[in-house]
Amino acid sequence: MQTATPRFSQGADAQGQFGTFGGRFVAESLMPLILELEQAFNTAMAEPGFLAELDRFQAEFVGRPSPLYFAERLTALYGGAKIYFKREELNHTGAHKINNCIGQILLARRMGKTRIIAETGAGMHGVATATVAARFGLQCVVYMGATDIERQRDNVARMRLLGAEIVPVTSGTGTLKDAMNEALRDWVTNIDDTFYLIGTVAGPHPYPTMVREFQAVIGRETRQQMLDREGRLPDSLVACIGGGSNAMGLFHAFLDDATVRMIGVEAAGEGLKSGKHAASLKGGFAGVLHGNRTYLLQDDDGQITDAHSISAGLDYPGIGPEHAWLHEQGRVEYTAIDDKQALEAFHTCCRQEGIIPALETAHALAEVSRLAPQLPADHLMVVCLSGRGDKDMPTVLRLMEEQA
Amino acid sequence: MNARIQARFAQLTAENRAALVTYICAGDPDYDTSLKLLKGLPGAGADIIELGMPFSDPMADGPAIQAAALRALRAGQTQRKTLEMVRQFRQHDKTTPLILMGYYNPIHRYGAADYMRDASEAGVDGLLVVDLPAEHDAELGPLARQYGIDMIRMATPTTDAQRLPKVLAQASGFLYYVSLNGVTGVGQADGARVRDAIGAIRQQSALPVCVGFGVRTPQQAASFARDAEGVVVGSALVDCIERAETGEKALEAVLELTGQLAAAVLSARQ
Repeated sequence: MQTATPRFSQGADAQGQFGTFGGRFVAESLMPLILELEQAFNTAMAEPGFLAELDRFQAEFVGRPSPLYFAERLTALYGGAKIYFKREELNHTGAHKINNCIGQILLARRMGKTRIIAETGAGMHGVATATVAARFGLQCVVYMGATDIERQRDNVARMRLLGAEIVPVTSGTGTLKDAMNEALRDWVTNIDDTFYLIGTVAGPHPYPTMVREFQAVIGRETRQQMLDREGRLPDSLVACIGGGSNAMGLFHAFLDDATVRMIGVEAAGEGLKSGKHAASLKGGFAGVLHGNRTYLLQDDDGQITDAHSISAGLDYPGIGPEHAWLHEQGRVEYTAIDDKQALEAFHTCCRQEGIIPALETAHALAEVSRLAPQLPADHLMVVCLSGRGDKDMPTVLRLMEEQA
Repeated sequence: MNARIQARFAQLTAENRAALVTYICAGDPDYDTSLKLLKGLPGAGADIIELGMPFSDPMADGPAIQAAALRALRAGQTQRKTLEMVRQFRQHDKTTPLILMGYYNPIHRYGAADYMRDASEAGVDGLLVVDLPAEHDAELGPLARQYGIDMIRMATPTTDAQRLPKVLAQASGFLYYVSLNGVTGVGQADGARVRDAIGAIRQQSALPVCVGFGVRTPQQAASFARDAEGVVVGSALVDCIERAETGEKALEAVLELTGQLAAAVLSARQ
């Protein structure tokens, strides 16, 4: 195997920047808090005791390692690349989100914090946060856009069962970005006891790095599982991107392996030209929001515009800063899949593999359906099955009725 | 230091009174009313004007200023219109310092170098970019100094003695002391803690200190005006706009409250 030079996996610099992206663009009132968090995170990650505790919870509470599964019928259907699923939907709470939540909650406990706040869009991160907060007996407050509460009722019910308080956010446009604004306002008001558990590789430094570190277990396992099974590294990796945490988690362990092609899939909503999409890289401009510089959906005046996608989890007008950097470096390819293509891939996966994927994940599967047929049979492709689709039943049923 | 800001604080020191710093959001509730407000504030008693640049995602602001930004954006306010408003204001007022306050993204989108040039030409004296902490001074600081615009920095109750030098290093004009942990317009500051904080700042800096967040009434303004060089009132004024049924009534209510605040600040040290 080639020797890896840490060109792409090196991560953020001392200012928390990936090239010009990332950083700590927060009000002075938050600055001491994120500096304290960064220090606590770095200290914890250097302690074998913390890492051992993290491993134990990943194994016994989350259910890791998640399997690497050969999608035999999908492979036969597309007649090209050999397709593997990294089964993150089998984790406790049904998505990759809990990998990060378990890491951050252990950190919160070390820091002596007693109140956990989080933002959520589709509700998967909210459910995962409520779950770990319940496990450790910590108070949990989840900010969720009023619009999202309406379309994700099951997850709202789950969070309440787990003891979390849901705060509907009506400010702005009442979606994920506004929930994040509101969580930041809460944090700056309740600085002493509160830990803000961000769900994706965005926000001010150290969040993009911290969330990626806790999600990187996906790629580390995939690497070992593929070596065990095929005796070599995969040729390509595919993952969907809202903020981009499952993609960063899968990609990170392979960034310095030049032979591994990586594709991040944004949500094109009703199409990139329609203006109704969530593709920050494909249809946005560099800017600063929620503490970091990255690509953002915005108008000519620098006002943030709404994201649109069939999947609430991709409905964010930004993207993690490390993705923005990897995009500019040309290391990762970024594409976009629209609602219709995602829905088609969703149905195909249900029927071919007996797995109901999340609509977010269906975007990655749609990209696989485009790529796989063009590739040879010895091409090893891994797609991150980031979440299961139970939460999407109402949306899918409604769309099926509309089409019927 | 920017000449207009320097002259104003020199004058206030000579008169032994604190500055009344008033915040309104540019374009709230519409361009014409907002311009009238801007022009009326100095006459009503405002010593320094903070003009908000509306942003879709004002993370450090409470409900009142969030709503103000949304009203302004719905009425079509843009960065260019805000600079035009400053230009029109400057045609009839050459002495009142004007600080633009807002978030970084609209400036980033405009282009930092173009923005600072245009802001300077329009007659802007200071810039307070809430989500641009001292660590990111390189983004706008050098341009601001080139154009003679003060970068106003914030210190907060979470800014400890160890961190304060970093905040003060590139600060100019005045230091904005955030009186409480939280967002604008919500909560009430603890007077004793604020006095202690001002004392700590004085040991490290000669910059004037203006206290804001959580200052709503003439009484509160007066209590801070005894110790600080300035008192900032925003949400209470913006609330007057929200409550008013017409632009004329908004103008009347804002200027009336400004007058009361100015009288309270003036009486504080007598």
